[in-house]
Amino acid sequence: MDFLEGLLLLNPQGTIALAERGLMVQAVLFMLIVAVPVYILLFFFARHYRENNKKAVYKPNWAHAKIDELIWWAIPFEIVLILGALTWSSTHELDPRKPIDGAPPLVIEVVALDWKWLFIYPEQKIATVNYVRMPVNQPVRFEITADAPMNSFWIPALGGQIYAMTGMKTALNLEAQEIGTFSGLSANYSGEGFAHMKFIAEATTQNEFDSWVDEVRSRGGILDEQSYKRLAETNIARDVAYYGNVSDNLFDSIIAKFSTWENTMHAHYP
Amino acid sequence: MIFGRLTSEAFIHGTLETIPQLMVVGAALLVVVLLFYFKAWKWLWFEWLTSLDAKKIGIMYIVLSFVMLARGAADALMMRAQQAMAVGEQVGYLTPDHYAQIFTAHGIIMIFFVAMPFMFGLLNLVVPLQIGARDVAFPFLNNVSFWLTAVGAILINLSLVIGEFAATGWLAYPPLSGLEYSPGVGVDYYIWALQIAGVGTLISGINFLVTILKMRAPGMTLMKMPIFTWTALGSMMLVIFAFPILTVTLGLLSLDRLLGMHFFTTDLGGNAMMYVNLIWAWGHPEVYILILPAFGIFSEIVPVFSQKKLFGYTSMVIATMLIVLLSFVVWVHHFFTMGAGANVNAFFGIMTMAIAIPTGVKVFNWLFTMFRGRIKFQTPMLWFMGFLTTFILGGMTGVLMAIPGADFQLHNSLFLVAHFHNMIVGGVLFGFFAGFVYWFPKVMGFTLNERLGRYAFWSWIIGFVLAFIPLYILGLMGMTRRLYQVAPEWQPLLTMAAIGACVIALGIFFQALQIFVSVRQRKLSIAGNDPWNGRTLEWSVASPPPLYNFATIPIVKDRDQFWWDKQKGRESKGKIEDIEMPKNTPAGIYIALYSFLFGFGLIWHIWWLALATLVAIVVSIIIRSFEEEIEYKISAKELANIEAKHNAI
Repeated sequence: MDFLEGLLLLNPQGTIALAERGLMVQAVLFMLIVAVPVYILLFFFARHYRENNKKAVYKPNWAHAKIDELIWWAIPFEIVLILGALTWSSTHELDPRKPIDGAPPLVIEVVALDWKWLFIYPEQKIATVNYVRMPVNQPVRFEITADAPMNSFWIPALGGQIYAMTGMKTALNLEAQEIGTFSGLSANYSGEGFAHMKFIAEATTQNEFDSWVDEVRSRGGILDEQSYKRLAETNIARDVAYYGNVSDNLFDSIIAKFSTWENTMHAHYP
Repeated sequence: MIFGRLTSEAFIHGTLETIPQLMVVGAALLVVVLLFYFKAWKWLWFEWLTSLDAKKIGIMYIVLSFVMLARGAADALMMRAQQAMAVGEQVGYLTPDHYAQIFTAHGIIMIFFVAMPFMFGLLNLVVPLQIGARDVAFPFLNNVSFWLTAVGAILINLSLVIGEFAATGWLAYPPLSGLEYSPGVGVDYYIWALQIAGVGTLISGINFLVTILKMRAPGMTLMKMPIFTWTALGSMMLVIFAFPILTVTLGLLSLDRLLGMHFFTTDLGGNAMMYVNLIWAWGHPEVYILILPAFGIFSEIVPVFSQKKLFGYTSMVIATMLIVLLSFVVWVHHFFTMGAGANVNAFFGIMTMAIAIPTGVKVFNWLFTMFRGRIKFQTPMLWFMGFLTTFILGGMTGVLMAIPGADFQLHNSLFLVAHFHNMIVGGVLFGFFAGFVYWFPKVMGFTLNERLGRYAFWSWIIGFVLAFIPLYILGLMGMTRRLYQVAPEWQPLLTMAAIGACVIALGIFFQALQIFVSVRQRKLSIAGNDPWNGRTLEWSVASPPPLYNFATIPIVKDRDQFWWDKQKGRESKGKIEDIEMPKNTPAGIYIALYSFLFGFGLIWHIWWLALATLVAIVVSIIIRSFEEEIEYKISAKELANIEAKHNAI
């Protein structure tokens, strides 16, 4: 049973991952409508029409039949039609940018660094490294950027990934449905320390979340331009870190530093 | 200064990197020593290296492909070993950077220097024979193409000896592949190996397109062409449209790196997402460039071994051309996760699924070619069975990932890795192996050992299942690709995959043994013109074919012309006349040699070398274009003599 539970994609702990699993299962079932008969035909024909089975019918010049061909243009066409409709609706339904129904989302800003994940809670004005906590059954809106090569932000148990890129802001809406600790990681190769681009995502009750925020606020360090620069240096950070005081607009300034000539010159060539 | 950034440090490697370094140098020395020992230099130079005969160029392509397969497979084994060892806090035996170089090289080598040369090898061997032509349209360019591909392969292997290779993943996404994060020579080796080989591929694409369109035997209308030639035509159309994109993309990346421009940097207006779009606008058609000829090979093999006409020829042609068209409107499915809107993602997802329609039709047509046939299960047919069994699975996982909502979970996981190996190994490679066994007797004059062929097949198929099914499961466990250190819960499946890789290696060993044994016993297995009871024109000529292929150009009346000739006891030979064949020339090797030095100069910033060799390339092309005596005549009398001699045997 441990093994089956280890199949994170098939044991969703969040709203989005659940919908995505449903979609996968549905699509596979539709495809099996074609795949199973093909497997059966393949092995049946291979056996029945083997050379030394002289009882089988042999028609060496039979090579064309309009109706038959029409049928096997039609079968895959219809499966694709159904899957296409499913794709259209599910893609809009599961658009990572689309807010999840329910309470207004908790916003968490994510920065992929060389090689660590920085999480900023703009409303709570706290930040963490390699650890993110969220209340259970609370929609969360991750806003994602990078100050490093391209990464991909992924918490398999909660739902699909989205790229983290410099100068860009991508968004991913997720919601944990169970209390628990989930693994998070980067899915896009970003250099030597890539294997350590891991973090812990934890879903707790609202109360535990609130008291955790208070604790981080009172005990964590300060994240301003100076300490961010130190944090962003190229190295592997394996430990969790907490910041109880984050300067305003830090996230936006990380994005903006690539956007104009002045910003670039200021950030890279001081 | 005179050697740019090439210093003696470039030759000094870590302990582990020194082993392949010595192996490459050792292998090169061994070849040289053997050539001196057997006094084979002249033979090699005049018979092979400077030859413009498509059949010999084809053989050289396949030799190149097999050599590089050994290298690519060694890379694969090293990766599997690392992931089986580096569990939890253990670091395994490779450094992260070395591991990254290996997975980058593995991808590039398998696609560019195994699959592509294997495909062009088969095209060279088969297409002219199938369409009743004596050669390709541009024999000299054919030789140049081969040598440019070989130069690319040499550059990649040279990176083991001098410097390093890219550590970016096989498509080298910026900003990681930009100057800021990859200042060394690795990415430059990557760029110039691909640029030079890519030019060779583009030239080949044009060459075969023109050959197929202009050099078919009289009477062979497009709808009488063998299906393999049709798929080759589709594949070459893709080459012509797709490879210029690759050239431009890598060109822009090298401008970023060499001249400090900002096409793909993250600052000063650059945008890495443009690179990702461009590289996949080439990359997706590239997959179809490889798989279409594999489809074509199976469309030849299934009728021959079912002893029955191909079912639904017209459907096959339409399906092939639909795949050609559709392959250019699906590239975004490689990065649904980059944040495009739902409309864009859904469009590209649905287009991707649409490819399953013509592909599905092909599968049904093969099945109904077997239906009411008399199927002989020799190795080419076994490869077909192996192909279809694995390909259906790969097709299903492909369609699954074409749904953006599912892809968000599966993208860049080992599920994806399993999927594309499923297509490239089970689809492309099995197809080419089938074609290799099938046409080997035509090219060499003797058949391959059947028993060892079966051992090879079973090793490959069992190894494939052991190596790649675990990767599908690991993907569902949330394991991403390219990890040099893995979590403990993944270890059992990774160990199984490593065992699978070893079984595949055993398959490669059996293939090598098969060739060795078959060559030794060639006197016992003489093929004759038509060992499989074939259907198309290549089986109407001697094995191996004379250098002019056809003494008289056949006049084509039917699809499966040769089959009907045999059925009706007719011969479609014309009058023997004087023919002209291209003379051998070393110009192609010289151009490739200068290209090699040009690439080397740019990689190491040896500017004078790059400039001098660039001039040398241009001058060589000009000189060659002024040569007038590029063909020689075989008179009708000589021709008749050669033919009579062969028929007497």
